[in-house]
Amino acid sequence: MSIANYVFGIISALIVLVIVIEMLRRRRLRERHAVYWLLAGLMGLVIGIFPQVLGWAASVVGVSVPTNLAFFVSIIILFFVCIQHSSELTELETKARVLAEDVALQDLRIRELEQAATTR
Amino acid sequence: MSASLDRTLIVMPALNEEATVGDVVREVYAKLPGVRCLVVDDGSRDATIAEARNAGAIVVRLPFNLGVGGAMRVGFRYAQLHGFDNVVQIDSDGQHDPSGVPELLAALETCDLAIGARFAGEGDYTVRGPRKWAMTVLSTVISGVAQVKLSDTTSGFRASGPKAVELFAEHYPAEYLGDTIESLVIAARNGLSIVQIAVAMRPRAGGTPSHNPFKAATYLGRATMALLIALLRPRVSAHESGALL
Repeated sequence: MSIANYVFGIISALIVLVIVIEMLRRRRLRERHAVYWLLAGLMGLVIGIFPQVLGWAASVVGVSVPTNLAFFVSIIILFFVCIQHSSELTELETKARVLAEDVALQDLRIRELEQAATTR
Repeated sequence: MSASLDRTLIVMPALNEEATVGDVVREVYAKLPGVRCLVVDDGSRDATIAEARNAGAIVVRLPFNLGVGGAMRVGFRYAQLHGFDNVVQIDSDGQHDPSGVPELLAALETCDLAIGARFAGEGDYTVRGPRKWAMTVLSTVISGVAQVKLSDTTSGFRASGPKAVELFAEHYPAEYLGDTIESLVIAARNGLSIVQIAVAMRPRAGGTPSHNPFKAATYLGRATMALLIALLRPRVSAHESGALL
């Protein structure tokens, strides 16, 4: 592996971590959404600095090509991120629906109160 | 008498029904003296609200479209807040004949949920192809869950008694097809008794029913999925989550 290749891996992982931590710092990202990205960035950094870790992990689980293990783990992480987003979208839709119901009922109540007030 | 008309709220979900909603409301008031009629406007972009109000209905306006399930939830919550015992759902397109309501209410004397069914003898409502298979599968499975013979599980013409109103105000499903299929599963699992009453259906005053085979097949798929998910879900009980009102 060339030195450029080695540095490239480490810098990529660092960029991921810097972006995630900076967004956390500026409150543009909530902790629970950042967990998977932090995990991915840290794993990328460790494997970037010690590439032999990936080879060792691949031999432990019986994957013959170590990069395939890296791809597999990446897809798993993306899967969890997507599931988390879908689940929170569902939750937000439910909240929006309940708010819409409340708004509609309160709207009617205000209308009725106004009518009662003007006819009095 | 729990099923008397002045303890009953007629709920009509309406989406862009300006052509029919006024007449349906007037027909309800003419045929069912003493009843209150709540039109839930589900984000219409036409004169539905004005038409319904002119006809004398109470109108609730949803800020955006929630589907029939969401509109019915508002109806059930309104009924609960204002002390109505029974809720009868009627389509605002004129498909349901209000003269069937007293029969549904009479059925509530002995049970909790009465469904006005289209195939139970009266009227001449027919479907065919995948839509018919879907309805057959649905009615077979739901009849098993509810332990009562039901032939028309997707009918929107139904009357809910006090126990059903309490349960549905909290747990009426808002998803597509949830308002018909999943609501029956929820009711049956909570020990509510369901009964089917034969009613005549009129052809829709506006719009034509779809006979597109692809749409019917999609309907079959979505209905089956809605049913499977409804059966997989854990039981719910009334007074579980706290809504604002």
